[in-house]
Amino acid sequence: MTDLGFAMSAPTVGAGRAAAANTPPKMSARKLDFYYDGFHALKNVNLDIADKRVTALIGPSGCGKSTLLRIFNRIYSIYPKLEARGEVLLDGDNILDPKYPLNRLRSKVGMVFQKPVPFPMSIHENIAYAIRHFEKLSKADLDARVELALRQGALWDEVKDKLKQSALGLSGGQQQRLCIARAVALKPDVLLLDEPTSALDPIATGKIEQLIAELKEHFTIAIVTHNMQQAARCSDYTAFMYLGELVEFGQTEQLFTKPAKQQTEDYITGRFG
Amino acid sequence: MNNATGEHIVKSYDEELLRLTGEIQRMGDLALRELEAAIAAVIERDSDSAQRVVDSDATIDALEREVSHDVIRLLALRQPMARDLREVMAALRIASDIERIGDYAANVGKRAIALNRVDLVRPVFALPRLAELAGELVSEVLLAYRDRDADRALLAWARDEELDGMYTGLFRELLTYMMEDPRNITACTHLLFMAKNIERIGDHATNIAENIYFLVHGTEIAQTRRKGDQSHNVVGTARAT
Repeated sequence: MTDLGFAMSAPTVGAGRAAAANTPPKMSARKLDFYYDGFHALKNVNLDIADKRVTALIGPSGCGKSTLLRIFNRIYSIYPKLEARGEVLLDGDNILDPKYPLNRLRSKVGMVFQKPVPFPMSIHENIAYAIRHFEKLSKADLDARVELALRQGALWDEVKDKLKQSALGLSGGQQQRLCIARAVALKPDVLLLDEPTSALDPIATGKIEQLIAELKEHFTIAIVTHNMQQAARCSDYTAFMYLGELVEFGQTEQLFTKPAKQQTEDYITGRFG
Repeated sequence: MNNATGEHIVKSYDEELLRLTGEIQRMGDLALRELEAAIAAVIERDSDSAQRVVDSDATIDALEREVSHDVIRLLALRQPMARDLREVMAALRIASDIERIGDYAANVGKRAIALNRVDLVRPVFALPRLAELAGELVSEVLLAYRDRDADRALLAWARDEELDGMYTGLFRELLTYMMEDPRNITACTHLLFMAKNIERIGDHATNIAENIYFLVHGTEIAQTRRKGDQSHNVVGTARAT
């Protein structure tokens, strides 16, 4: 394994080990409701995202899991007719408050989407562009930051000799790791991953999952996934959502071995519907 | 499936789980029949049928290998979760308990052949009572498994104490016979081992009950079982404490 720029942690396969009581929440949804042009998409959701842990959001299509993730960095606010009520606290501050600066929020909460979206520029510039947006650094410092980010994205060894080449020439899995590297380059507190591996093959998926295990040493991670086994493999906590409601939330191990609610059991065992 | 949660979206998943349950039921029925036949062979002093019992154990062993194969397949291909996962784990463990029950019944058969070569001793007639109770416990846990009935499993689990008590009684009786007349020692020693085998069958029945309870509730049985087997305390003519 390459030096990732920080101490390596053992991957938490089949996680759920963290005791909820010992892990203070980094983000919290409080009495959160969300409306798409009148459609009630989230109903009174209360959820803690534990600090430096991986929290997975699972549920059938349309359950509100992606909506919830998008509220965590207020990305919905670029569209009209969308409305969130309630609170989402980040380190105790309500990010839904219009006075909470969007720039600050975006630098603290990074997001990676289902389809990798590299900028049509060089690999180096993909990372440097984002950093330059927030900080003024000397070329040497900037290069060091780019390297650190690419190492944290577990991509450095594969691209270090072709940093000037276009990012569009990378494979899908490499592009996705580049997007993760770009997100962590800004040193956010929270990483939001929206179906980050659904467009990737199993090997690339495995690399992303290993990366998630390493990144949680330094970042709080929330991941939306359709793949339940993935949630079971790489998260500490899992939230099961259905029809806009949070049905069950708990330690991943507990939720996948002995869920408290029948609805959760039916969903995770493939009896739903 | 025999649970309240209904069918899987993928029908073949249900079929595979049902097949597993079916294999266990068949194993259980065979083991019970093996035990009955072994005891009959002892009472009727029929070495031929005792040998058939010994031979028939291979069928149970083969079924256990089938269960193991199916469990590995289910784990690898279906990635069972929650209750399904407990179903599969319980099937694997229960199959191994039934396989052991079959082994013990076969052991009784083997010793029946040896016993038929020496003179009859009276305590042999106590063996069917012991085997009947052991068979009842096995039959009860198999029915509890069929119906996924944790309460029924728990009742059988508690009754193993009776079997242990009966075994301790027989142990003392055999000891007395041996002390009375050393010529009884050969027959009584065989009987002692047979009784111990049957007592062990009861222990495996309680294991099965524990697995059924875990399957249904997802937790272990909270109480600890009282042990009725006091034979380790029996010394010579002295009364056990």
